[in-house]
Amino acid sequence: MSESFTETLHINRHRLIAIIDYKAGNLTSVRLAFEHIGAECAITSDPTVIASADRVVFPGVGAAGEAMRNLQRLGLVDVIRQAAQSGRPFLGICLGTQIILDHSQEDGGTKCLGLLPGEVRRFAPADPECKIPHMGWNAVRIVKPHPLFEGIEDGSEFYFVHSYYPAPSDEKYILGETDYADVRFASVIGHANIVATQFHPERSGRIGLRMLANFVRWDGKC
Amino acid sequence: MVDYVKVIPCLDTKDGRLVKGVNFVNLRDIADPAEVAEKYCSDGADELVLLDITATVEGRTTLLDVVRRTVERINVPLTVGGGIRNLDNMRDLFDLGVAKCSINTAAVKNPQIIKDAAAEFGSERIAVAIDTRKNSQMPSGFEVVVEGGRTPVGKDAVAWAKQCEDLGAGSILPTSMDADGTQAGYDIPMIRAIASAVSIPVIASGGAGTLDHLVQAVVEGKASAVLVASLFHYGKYTIREAKEYMASKGIKVKL
Repeated sequence: MSESFTETLHINRHRLIAIIDYKAGNLTSVRLAFEHIGAECAITSDPTVIASADRVVFPGVGAAGEAMRNLQRLGLVDVIRQAAQSGRPFLGICLGTQIILDHSQEDGGTKCLGLLPGEVRRFAPADPECKIPHMGWNAVRIVKPHPLFEGIEDGSEFYFVHSYYPAPSDEKYILGETDYADVRFASVIGHANIVATQFHPERSGRIGLRMLANFVRWDGKC
Repeated sequence: MVDYVKVIPCLDTKDGRLVKGVNFVNLRDIADPAEVAEKYCSDGADELVLLDITATVEGRTTLLDVVRRTVERINVPLTVGGGIRNLDNMRDLFDLGVAKCSINTAAVKNPQIIKDAAAEFGSERIAVAIDTRKNSQMPSGFEVVVEGGRTPVGKDAVAWAKQCEDLGAGSILPTSMDADGTQAGYDIPMIRAIASAVSIPVIASGGAGTLDHLVQAVVEGKASAVLVASLFHYGKYTIREAKEYMASKGIKVKL
């Protein structure tokens, strides 16, 4: 990454971003991405740190059932719910985005956090040549303007890795859409202080870092 | 709906240094995988693969160090392979920010590791590399080999790929030992046989020497991605040139 790019994205180093660690893998790349843009962040499963953080990132890869069990075991459900309702900027990524909805079809049906209304469905392409998991770049069509999209062109490509997709119960929660496996799914969802991406901004090159920088600058209002 | 095809440079390392020559004049250390990875990343690599081709026990610490330095300098997914024997090895790599682990010999010896790893880390993060050689005795005509192609294991490569999928692999990385390093082109019949048999992504590997080879792997081989080493390492083409050429042939790539 070029120096000049790093400088343009450099934001004021002030308050803490809590990256919630619930043993759902690979948070290092999320931390590195935030550090790259000069944001102070901590990977944590400590409810008091999460409760006092300036903003909260809820990432995750893996399966919904295991993720929900881990959240319960680590006693994180309440503090995540509080964060989502607190008005503090809240960013879901990948599995984190899925399990903020009500329910997932994964693991024989999993009850999720219900921070936004909707469910998580499995891709079921008719074409046998269509590969699942959806693993790679795809375009995101901006459905609704949002501070997260500042400086990001409509149709920009982000990096996806998933076999299930978010399906909010109301269109008003859909901020961005992507086409894959015969469906047009909600690749960015949000409401009030919550935004959540099915793709991995931390693995999406410069455009992804731009999105993370937008999140760090965002006041949680839209 | 046409999918985006990925172009993935592969870095072969030994003792933490690049093995295949890299022909970039503007790098400070042309044998440092992290430095080359950053260059590829800024040049438009969709992902990167780092293989520890010797993967000695002593080399593992070296590998972890190289992986750590590489992950810090790139912002696309990194797959690491070579010498991964168990779930602990994978956890060490994932903890460093690695996106996917690629297993080969360990899976052939003990297929259950695929199932265990998929359950523990998620299918998406488990790639199975399959080295193949032509063998007319096999139903598909391709046999699985291990130890750098030296040891045939008596498994049909296509049947093994399907078994890997059933066990929970998230992608298959088939390399033809007949074609690898020749720059004479991927083994298209083998790639296509595997890609047609499984419903998970297949990354064509081994043998790319021209830009048309990349196109063939996708159009004829039905690969979801192409792994490229020499073509980029020797500076014959940049990643951007490769992608622009593929786009000119109607392949969807992220430019």
